Amino acid sequence: MTPLCSQPRTGLNGPMGKQESSQPSLASLFMGFLRIGMSSFGGGLTAWVRREVVQRQGWLDDQQFLSGYALSQLVPGATNVNLAVFIGAQLRGPPGAAIAVAGLTALPLVLVLIAGAVYFNTRGMPGGTWLSSALAGMGSVAIGLSLGTGIRLARRNIRRVGPACITAVVALSIGVFGLPLGRVLLVMMPLSLLLAWMTRQR
Amino acid sequence: MIQLLLQLALLFAGLSMLAFGGGAGVIPDIQRAVVDHYHWMTAREFLDTFAISRAMPGPGSLIVVLIGQKAAGLPGAAVSFLAMFAPSCLIVYIVARIWHRAGRSPWRAVVERGLAPVAVGMTFASGLALMRGTESGWLPYTITIASTAAFAFTEINPIALLGAGAAALLLGGG
Repeated sequence: MTPLCSQPRTGLNGPMGKQESSQPSLASLFMGFLRIGMSSFGGGLTAWVRREVVQRQGWLDDQQFLSGYALSQLVPGATNVNLAVFIGAQLRGPPGAAIAVAGLTALPLVLVLIAGAVYFNTRGMPGGTWLSSALAGMGSVAIGLSLGTGIRLARRNIRRVGPACITAVVALSIGVFGLPLGRVLLVMMPLSLLLAWMTRQR
Repeated sequence: MIQLLLQLALLFAGLSMLAFGGGAGVIPDIQRAVVDHYHWMTAREFLDTFAISRAMPGPGSLIVVLIGQKAAGLPGAAVSFLAMFAPSCLIVYIVARIWHRAGRSPWRAVVERGLAPVAVGMTFASGLALMRGTESGWLPYTITIASTAAFAFTEINPIALLGAGAAALLLGGG
């Protein structure tokens, strides 16, 4: 299969843009996303993807990057993994998509497995209560990360009463009343799309 | 063992296709299945692994690797990883092709606007469900509220705040 976007681009992207690298080899694609995976300590992964792909390598321009980002948020799955699929596919077709995801997740995957092995093997040991206190504190912060991200997204994307009601119903029905996600989405997704269609700009 | 791997695969492959809003949205469903239904983990262990997956680099959905690891060792981790990421990646690939052809068509804008409120609601839901699912005192709640405000209104580094949260409970005797 051919890459999604094969038309040649014009102009340099960013201060370090390299025109000749707009069609990277699979190896350099892998190395690029490996670097992104390593840099993603402490969140802000999307910023790192943009830095590597647009600014440093010049594989995409900003507009291509942003539409890929919007799409990655729209479809199910982790946004940055989706973004890797999108970018990899655009540059090198299906193998590019696979290579980009492999590069992005390789290092985090190994680190998570090591952390998990340490955690599951130290439970119940003398130092274990310390570890579990520390983890409880991190857990409380991690919950705040979800809620804070929600507030951030709401301020940027929810500006009317209708969509705000949909956000509230989804949040409360799943988060507070414990209804299964699938059933909630089955009702709320068509409702939200219908609302967006009825209020579309002509 | 085979049955266990199959359960992991089916659970995460199904949720993979429902994970709108960046993956955090399916946390409540994962929690219910893993803690209440299959009893692979306690609620405490679930929140701990959630914290671990957030402190590590990479997508937060890597929590499924830890669940697989706990339930069925390394094979479980591998199966969970593939099940969680392969279906959604395939969908992205297909949608990316359609998306490109859609260009600036009006339905694309409608879909964008329609999905946003649902995705935002799912983000809130994951935080709320985790608060509900664990026993908590005033200190954890205070930390959650403070970090919610910090993440919403400042550009603070999450790792710094995760470290501060860990220190607070270590010193506060949580």
